[in-house]
Amino acid sequence: MSAVAVPQGPRPRSLSIGRLSVYGFLIVVALCFLVPLWVMIATSFKTMDEIRLGHVLAWPASFTIEPWLKAWSSACTGLACDGVKIGFWNSVRILIPSVIASIAIGSLTGYAMTFYRVRGARTLFVILLLGAFIPYQVFLYPLVRMFSSIGLYDSLTGIVVVHVVFGLPLMTLLFRNYYGALPIELFNAARVDGAGFLAILRHVILPMSSPILIVATILQVTGIWNDFILGLTFAGRSNRPMTVLLNNIVNSTQGEAAYNVDMAATIITALVPLAVYFFSGRWFVRGIAAGAVKG
Amino acid sequence: MVDVAATSAPQAWLRARSRLLSQLPAAIALLPAAAAVVFVYIGALAWTVRLSFSSSKMLPVFDFVGLNQYQRLFGTERFVVSTWHILVFGILYIAGSLIIGFLLAVFIDQRVRLEGVFRTIFLYPYAMSFIVTGLVWQWFLNPELGLQKTVRDLGFPSFSFDWIVDQDKVVFTLVIAAIWQSAGLVMAILLAGLRGVDAELWKATRIDAIPTWRVYVSIILPILTPMLATVSILLAVAVAKLYDLVVAMTKGGPGLSSEVPAKFIMDNFFERSNVGLGAAAATILLISVASILAPWIYAEHIRPQRVRK
Amino acid sequence: MSAVSVRDVGVRIGAVSIFENFSLEIKEGEFVVLLGPSGCGKSTLLNAIAGLLDVAEGQIWIGGKNVTWAEPRDRGVGMVFQSYSLYPRMSVEENLSFGLRIAKTPKAEIAARVAKAARMLQLEPLLRRKPAELSGGQRQRVAIGRALVRNCPVFLFDEPLSNLDAQLRNELRVEIKKLHQELGNTMIYVTHDQVEALTLADRIAVMKGGVVQQYASPYDIHRHPANLFVAGFIGSPAMNMIEGSLVPNGPGWRLDHAGGSIDMSRYAFAAPPAGGPAIVGVRPENIAIGVAPAERSGAQGRVTIVEPMGGETILWTSFAGKPMTIRVDGESPVRLGDEISFHFDVARASAFDAQTGRRL
Repeated sequence: MSAVAVPQGPRPRSLSIGRLSVYGFLIVVALCFLVPLWVMIATSFKTMDEIRLGHVLAWPASFTIEPWLKAWSSACTGLACDGVKIGFWNSVRILIPSVIASIAIGSLTGYAMTFYRVRGARTLFVILLLGAFIPYQVFLYPLVRMFSSIGLYDSLTGIVVVHVVFGLPLMTLLFRNYYGALPIELFNAARVDGAGFLAILRHVILPMSSPILIVATILQVTGIWNDFILGLTFAGRSNRPMTVLLNNIVNSTQGEAAYNVDMAATIITALVPLAVYFFSGRWFVRGIAAGAVKG
Repeated sequence: MVDVAATSAPQAWLRARSRLLSQLPAAIALLPAAAAVVFVYIGALAWTVRLSFSSSKMLPVFDFVGLNQYQRLFGTERFVVSTWHILVFGILYIAGSLIIGFLLAVFIDQRVRLEGVFRTIFLYPYAMSFIVTGLVWQWFLNPELGLQKTVRDLGFPSFSFDWIVDQDKVVFTLVIAAIWQSAGLVMAILLAGLRGVDAELWKATRIDAIPTWRVYVSIILPILTPMLATVSILLAVAVAKLYDLVVAMTKGGPGLSSEVPAKFIMDNFFERSNVGLGAAAATILLISVASILAPWIYAEHIRPQRVRK
Repeated sequence: MSAVSVRDVGVRIGAVSIFENFSLEIKEGEFVVLLGPSGCGKSTLLNAIAGLLDVAEGQIWIGGKNVTWAEPRDRGVGMVFQSYSLYPRMSVEENLSFGLRIAKTPKAEIAARVAKAARMLQLEPLLRRKPAELSGGQRQRVAIGRALVRNCPVFLFDEPLSNLDAQLRNELRVEIKKLHQELGNTMIYVTHDQVEALTLADRIAVMKGGVVQQYASPYDIHRHPANLFVAGFIGSPAMNMIEGSLVPNGPGWRLDHAGGSIDMSRYAFAAPPAGGPAIVGVRPENIAIGVAPAERSGAQGRVTIVEPMGGETILWTSFAGKPMTIRVDGESPVRLGDEISFHFDVARASAFDAQTGRRL
């Protein structure tokens, strides 16, 4: 048979080398990206005896959840041996008011800046934006002095205020961009109907804000949960968030480190943002696209 | 003439008053933001700069010692090596994140199956705290029990990967961990850019018989340039802020070999009671960030407005 | 050697079938317009001819070669898109020459071809500009130039004028027509705009739902629409449709409708009709005002709307209980509310079977 097929119908497909290398590259890189997560999980279920053998990539031979229990309730930082649970609850106590307050103030600011021409609002916005790029270190010391002089230092209120202040640029930008894209006719129509500042916000603008509220919540929950430097500086002894506690547990160990406990504590700390990430799916991507300023 | 002036003045006043009243709620709503700007973004910043010209040690004092603190700063080995580290880190980290992120975006853009799975895997590190990243990599790169030991046990006894305890190479381990965390961010942003490219443009390149790689290099990359610039700025700002990762992963060690400016500032403010010196370092950091930002702000925001006019 | 032939082609996108057993013959040097409402498959067909889309069945021949499996670059086609699709960061000159440079065409040859295209399309003063600095019309001229420099025997246009405003659309339409007269190559042009189709085409393929409704010259499409869809789609304002029933009338036929009857004896039926429900279509421009001469059908009505359009005026009245439009000269003295007499020649009307929609 030497007859060549008459070209007809779809082009014959073959898995080309190009196609294979695309998948090859993606799979190899994906494995590299997964290794740390794998190591973290595997280690957290191993006994210290098994860890001392040094097979960091191996799945635990003698599976144990002991390290998780220890990490949660009895891992030590210096002399205190209470695990990360205190930090977890501290983080929750910081997280909830900070997220609510920063989104409330951010949306209010974005709304006022978009629809009203208050003198100086534009300058305010520009300074806020620039502020988002400046490392916290530039502000921290004077802020600590200010906070101690008004009694906010080392307090839950203090750390919440700090989160709101440093979350303000991103939140304002987010809401201002979103509201700026809404048709101005909506606002004008409500105004012609006689609605005031708050009435328009409540009945017209907020009902249309759910997408941006979701994005803002995702950004703030992960951002505030993951914060270290602000919690370290402002929360004080009694409100230390989980990241600070975790770092203390791992990095202030005397003698041999309990790597399995460390990794269990690390996973527990990463759990909240990871859960937000996996469950929010495309919203998370939308968030980083909208708020890529965070850096 | 007199009449006109007499009637128009109260009218103007009335108009101004009604305008003021209608803007009043908005002005009140902006008060928290205004307070944040005045007290923090301007006030605290100015205060820090002011302190850098004082002799403050443990507590702030408001004397004036000129540039003494700056002189001292550049004579301090810890700060000089910190600056050097951050430069090396910054260049490698930004270049690495951009290259890997761009490649990932391009490869994912080839209509691959399981695209969502790949994207999720590449981006998940970005969801985590730098503290978590630092601790994981610290453990994974542990020379006695981590990667090095495992590879040696696999039958490569001479394999050596002890960078995290090597004074000359520890910065590179920070680079690896940081790229691991950020490459997915670059990928996500660039992928959005790639998806925004007009489908007809791709058709045109096929009619013109341009090879795919050439399309990416000669046509797509130039389209993505503004996006790449923005991402680079984000990464550069992250470099200046680099603190958590170092604290968790290396604590600045071994010795001073992974110290960075942001950590130098924190240590001097809150542990070493060298407020003046810390303030000087913070001011230098501020100037560096401003000098990175200025050309970008000009190119992205000021120049386009002029062109439009 | 550049006729295009589409033979029994089926195209599917995902599970959706866009067309089945589709065939179309385009002669060498012919200007064919694929005309139809959006979603009729005309752009899909063009993409399949270009090779940008795989066909599921059938063959595509260009210039006597079976190109069904060929890459777009090997088909000898140039293509112009609705969104211009210029390479954004390259100058006009680089846009024109990029494909040739990739193909390693000799420099002198590239320069000559670019110069020729630039001259034909009046792009010479713009060669150094970037696409962003060009108007829409200029951009589309560059896109045409990009197809031109490739010396292709076949040109494909995918709604090239749809993004332009009316004025530019007219200008560029004339230029495309001129280009075809100068180059004489085969051109396939997709549009939903009947004016473009009627002015440009040698033949128009009117498409709907993946099926060619009529494939004929612009004159025939307008004068002898093959079915109700073509009759309604072509012409503005649309053809007036008179519904009724064909009944024998002596040696011939007449149409009985709600307001009376129309003598069809002067109408040239395609085949002897069977009678029954039918629709007679009369174009607004074929209706005259005044008392009907003997051989014509006439009626009276009150003018309910007057739409002056400059050179001409559209009058709305009613006939057989339905609105009817009449196109008259712009100088016409008829005013709103006037009672008018009007009449038309059945020989210039079109009759359709009311059930099948086919021309009788």
